[in-house]
Amino acid sequence: MINCQNITKSYQTGETSLTVLKDISFEIKKGEFVAIIGPSGSGKSTLMHILGALDKPTAGKYFLNDKDISELSDDDLAEIRSQEIGFVFQSFNLLPRASVLRNVELPLIYDTKTLRSERLTKAENALSAVGLEKERWHHLSNQLSGGQMQRVAIARALINEPNLILADEPTGNLDSKTGDIVLETFKKLNSGKGHTIVLITHEKYVAEHADRIIEIRDGEIISDRSENHDGLKDK
Amino acid sequence: MLFYDLFQETYFALSANKSRSFLTVLGIVIGIGSVIAMISIGQGAAKNIQSNIESLGSNLLVIMPGSQRAVNTMVRGGMGSATTLTLGDAEAIKSQIEYVSQVAPTVSSRKQVKTTQGTNTNTSIYGVDETYAAVRNITVSSGSLINNTQVSNTSKVAVIGPTTRDDLFGENADVVGQKIRIENLEFTVVGVTASKGGSGMGSSDDLIYIPISTAQRYLTGNSSVSNINIQVSDEKIMTSVQEQVTGLLLTRHKIADPLQADFSIMNQADTISAMTSVTDTLTLLLGAIAGISLLVGGIGIMNMMLTTVTERTREIGLRKSLGAKSKDISSQFLAESVALTFIGGIIGIIFGWLASVLITKLSGTTTSVTAFSVTLAFGVSAAIGIIFGYYPARRAAKLNPIEALRYE
Repeated sequence: MINCQNITKSYQTGETSLTVLKDISFEIKKGEFVAIIGPSGSGKSTLMHILGALDKPTAGKYFLNDKDISELSDDDLAEIRSQEIGFVFQSFNLLPRASVLRNVELPLIYDTKTLRSERLTKAENALSAVGLEKERWHHLSNQLSGGQMQRVAIARALINEPNLILADEPTGNLDSKTGDIVLETFKKLNSGKGHTIVLITHEKYVAEHADRIIEIRDGEIISDRSENHDGLKDK
Repeated sequence: MLFYDLFQETYFALSANKSRSFLTVLGIVIGIGSVIAMISIGQGAAKNIQSNIESLGSNLLVIMPGSQRAVNTMVRGGMGSATTLTLGDAEAIKSQIEYVSQVAPTVSSRKQVKTTQGTNTNTSIYGVDETYAAVRNITVSSGSLINNTQVSNTSKVAVIGPTTRDDLFGENADVVGQKIRIENLEFTVVGVTASKGGSGMGSSDDLIYIPISTAQRYLTGNSSVSNINIQVSDEKIMTSVQEQVTGLLLTRHKIADPLQADFSIMNQADTISAMTSVTDTLTLLLGAIAGISLLVGGIGIMNMMLTTVTERTREIGLRKSLGAKSKDISSQFLAESVALTFIGGIIGIIFGWLASVLITKLSGTTTSVTAFSVTLAFGVSAAIGIIFGYYPARRAAKLNPIEALRYE
């Protein structure tokens, strides 16, 4: 489903140019749960921006569902994000002073294919899928705890039934206990509903929840391996 | 993005920061309100002057005496000092010129008027004949007008204006049959004219009509007339009639050079257009002054929207990452600024209208809020919302989603 071919990304700052991603190629199949791990400055955020159709590579090709994303205009990229991708951010990025349901519905107002009457049902389904208690659905987003906020954010990422969920350090602002709950939520979505999930992190512990770990350093893939989950449970 | 969603987003965004939205709207309210109030004063003045002039009859030519010429000298008297207009001129115009439906000569003078009760006033006295009322559209609210029998009998009778009646006898007094004294001569009041509105000097409500023959004999002491009012049967040929009358009077007064004429002719249509241009300028001036406050209000909107865009940079980044196109973002911010000016516009119109009512109540100045000024104010406020909201909205739409998401 994701097919990256020789992706290079460099930034021009004045005279000097900085190459953040160097000739990266990999594939992710539908239904996979992949973690991209690397220290800060490794280029993993830039890679996420390209995978999330927020940015375009300087060279190389990126195919999402066999569609070439690397040549599209900004508005076409927005359309791709609206239809194909769900984002989960480290800092949740919920609208403050807005209810949980309204936050979850938000992506649908930019998706004119979804009827207004369907929105509420979809939002309720998404919130059920992330396991947020029903009595919180009408709360304002800033009245929730961090773990609850992140689950609302995941529900928001699910609402347009995206092919790909991209999570950027989703547990970075959470303590380890609530972080585990969020990671479990991802796992459930992956195993139960077959969502494709790409998780970006710098923590090995977080990455180990995924089925496959791609490790990058200095803009290059240094390892790509599948995880043995049986070992994890013993920890 | 659907209109309903746009509306809802705008509502949430503006109500999230109520005091700021309120202050910004206040700027527009003051701007629109003062535009409405100021234009209403200007248009009120225009209406006032226009109705004053039109109440005199709009198809009217008024011949006024020019300056007196002394034979063989360069000395000229003041304007209006000539006493060369006569009843004979009036009759000649009536009989010799086509399309003249009525000719009404008048003799005017300003005198102190007293009553037996001791009240007195200083007002204009007009000596008129029966045709005058028809030419100047004068009607009575009680009693009767001056008729030709009274003119031929040199009767000492008077028809007074409602303001004069109020000054002399008290408001709405029944005055027909009462006596007034002008220059120590006793006149019997035979009628009161209907009010025409207007105020100040030259008001058609503050005057006294007496028979023209009486005025000539007792007040001016000569046979000249002050004005000759000519009613033209068709407004379209006013100018041609005016030329014919000029020619006739020059011949009758034996003047070869039109520049030396001892009379001038005022065309009512010219007066109206001259006054209209004066009041238009007044309206424009007042509107422009008020427009400045509207401009300041507009800058307030822009200021608020720029602040909002900066504050909500992360939100813009989020919305873009969720699939909002540039157009969605710019229309959202544009909708906010248009909503602010729209609300400000409506409240401003109400306040401006109340202000103009208050001005009329407190100062007596006529004001007039017209559909035109309301439409103008509304159009301007909507335009301000778009113009001053456009730049901040563009700025929001152009933000790079990645940088916007990182913004602290």
